Amino acid sequence: MNRLLRFYHQLGSPPYFYRISGRLLPWFSLLCFGLIAAGLWGGLVEAPADYQQGDSFRIIYIHVPSAWMSLFIYMVMAVCGAISLIWHMKLAEIISISSAPIGASFTFLALATGSLWGKPMWGSWWVWDARLTSELILLFLYFGVIALYAAIEDKRTATRAVSILALVGVVNIPIIHYSVEWWHTLHQGPTITKFDKPSMHISMLIPLLYMAVGFKLYYFVVVLMRSRGELLRREANSKWVNDLLESK
Amino acid sequence: MQTHEVSTDEGQAVTTRVIGNARSNQSAHSLNVRKLSCLRDDRVLFDNLNIHLDAGQVLLVEGRNGSGKTSLLRILCGIRLPESGEVFWCGKPIHELGAAFHEQMAYVGHHDGIKGDLTVLENIRLARALGKPSSAAIDDILEQIKLSGYEDVMTQALSAGQRRKLALSRLLATDSLLWILDEPFTSLDRSAIEMFEGFMLAHTAAGGMVILTSHHEVNLKGLTPISLCLSP
Amino acid sequence: MNQRSLFRAFLFLLKRDLIISFRRRSEVVNPLLFFVIVITLFPLGIGAESKELQSIAPGVIWVAALLAAMLSLDSIFRSDFEDGSLEQLLLSSHPATVLVLAKVTAHWLVTGLPLVLIAPLLAVLLGLPGEALTTLILTLLLGTPVLSLVGAIGVALTVGLRRGGIIISLLVLPLYIPVLIFGSNAVQVASTGLPVDGQLSMLSALLALALALAPLPTAAALRMSLT
Repeated sequence: MNRLLRFYHQLGSPPYFYRISGRLLPWFSLLCFGLIAAGLWGGLVEAPADYQQGDSFRIIYIHVPSAWMSLFIYMVMAVCGAISLIWHMKLAEIISISSAPIGASFTFLALATGSLWGKPMWGSWWVWDARLTSELILLFLYFGVIALYAAIEDKRTATRAVSILALVGVVNIPIIHYSVEWWHTLHQGPTITKFDKPSMHISMLIPLLYMAVGFKLYYFVVVLMRSRGELLRREANSKWVNDLLESK
Repeated sequence: MQTHEVSTDEGQAVTTRVIGNARSNQSAHSLNVRKLSCLRDDRVLFDNLNIHLDAGQVLLVEGRNGSGKTSLLRILCGIRLPESGEVFWCGKPIHELGAAFHEQMAYVGHHDGIKGDLTVLENIRLARALGKPSSAAIDDILEQIKLSGYEDVMTQALSAGQRRKLALSRLLATDSLLWILDEPFTSLDRSAIEMFEGFMLAHTAAGGMVILTSHHEVNLKGLTPISLCLSP
Repeated sequence: MNQRSLFRAFLFLLKRDLIISFRRRSEVVNPLLFFVIVITLFPLGIGAESKELQSIAPGVIWVAALLAAMLSLDSIFRSDFEDGSLEQLLLSSHPATVLVLAKVTAHWLVTGLPLVLIAPLLAVLLGLPGEALTTLILTLLLGTPVLSLVGAIGVALTVGLRRGGIIISLLVLPLYIPVLIFGSNAVQVASTGLPVDGQLSMLSALLALALALAPLPTAAALRMSLT
């Protein structure tokens, strides 16, 4: 326990984080690439075609993990925001704001793939069903965070603002989700629920899980890269950055 | 008079400066500042600042425009967060004390903090309601700031000097130990300035403290303020 | 500082804001006029077919209410920010959340309540059936305070910005959506004569949640905006 706490504490120190993330990045990238490749192979090539939808269901391998990521990243943003508000941890601020564009991209990807899926399924490029509508609203929430951050000049104040907004958003997401679902239900039920038997055959499910974990790793890789960049920018005047530049 | 000159080179930390003498570390009412530093746009305004202020003392913060005087005062109020360091009131950090600290202090900043659409009387009542009311009667306060008879005048109809006096009247309307004043004498004429200097003297004699910045020369008969000079 | 003086401070601040709004009557009327004008645009834009108008009336009134609420939001903290009163509020010996609640209440009384009172007139203009009228008033009565409370968070986040007006809509409108959904659906369902207890309970729950939770981030955001 002590070692874990010490690790967490050390992680908050920028030079340490920079070093550790630099070492982990290549491994994460490799793992990410491997998992996504396995997932795509399993999903696009190996898994049998769905008896109802034929091959067009395969877009699920991008659509569903993207949708999960869009929510996951918002949670991470909110948690990092809370940490930065309570403990003023600089790293938490940086991770929080670096995640926003990634989350927005995944949300957009979920919407685009959802739309692509919709055409063969329901015949139109856009349907106002619960899931897609919730994702659209989530996209607006992300845009709000990004816009607010860009609008405030002092970046330390901007991170405080964004943390507050992310926390407010996190409370609202279940409310919005429930109300939109109540408003319209067209989308098929959740693809994987914890205690229910999965509605998909296991051979279709495994590639999906690969993709889900692969996407998470992708997020880690990109957020680490972005955070490192932001960290360097913010600490440009500090000793460790100057040392780093000199040693290059 | 204790004066400590401070200068900051670009990006370099400044050695510890201590302002005020710590007569006793845990006096009943004291303001303690430890290792305070403040940044603005990547420029270090001040670094490693230490202050100790006891009851009955006046701290005068001087420095050119842009040297960080307002930022320092806002940090001491708790409105602004410092880059590092802490401010203690009676031994406890002000952010832990929260409203308990605010109850014991009064701040008059660059803005007057009064509503133009309210009358003079309504503004004084408002200042009272927001803080700990003093025992002074409102009529007496108006008398003291020479605005008797202006009770029902809309504040936006007053002159700049009169508005400034009204802004400063919150010091009389509330019962606060610590006065934090940012350029309080702006727009005031000589007699008004002398009047408020008198108020500050009376306040410190009764055990209060004052922190102020001023471009004008501050003349407190018999009391030499501790001076802090921030220069860019 | 005890409960009584806190309550007195709340009432005092509420009264102060109401007095100020009263002295600036002309400004207060603008969101109301906007509400009326927007609603009258719809028959002009869509055609005065009474059947069509009737079916979209609940949604139109609610969307217009949202937009009018959003337009009126800026006034909550703008003038206080500019003349330094906001600082004094945050430096008060009373908790900022209570003072924020006082200001939001005043804002609702001045901008939200008039919407509720004028809505029946507009419902008549759009041909909303009589059964739906009480539901319309009830939903607006429950919903507009939520719009003020949640909107205040958005204003608090942007009050320090020079041109924060546009951003407020981006921040606040997504948060308004649940109120819109339940409010307009309730009126729609009530037009057909069916019961709307579920929708009204949801709106009440949203109001309770907003009352309990919204002042906190608002106060935090104000503190942030003042640095």
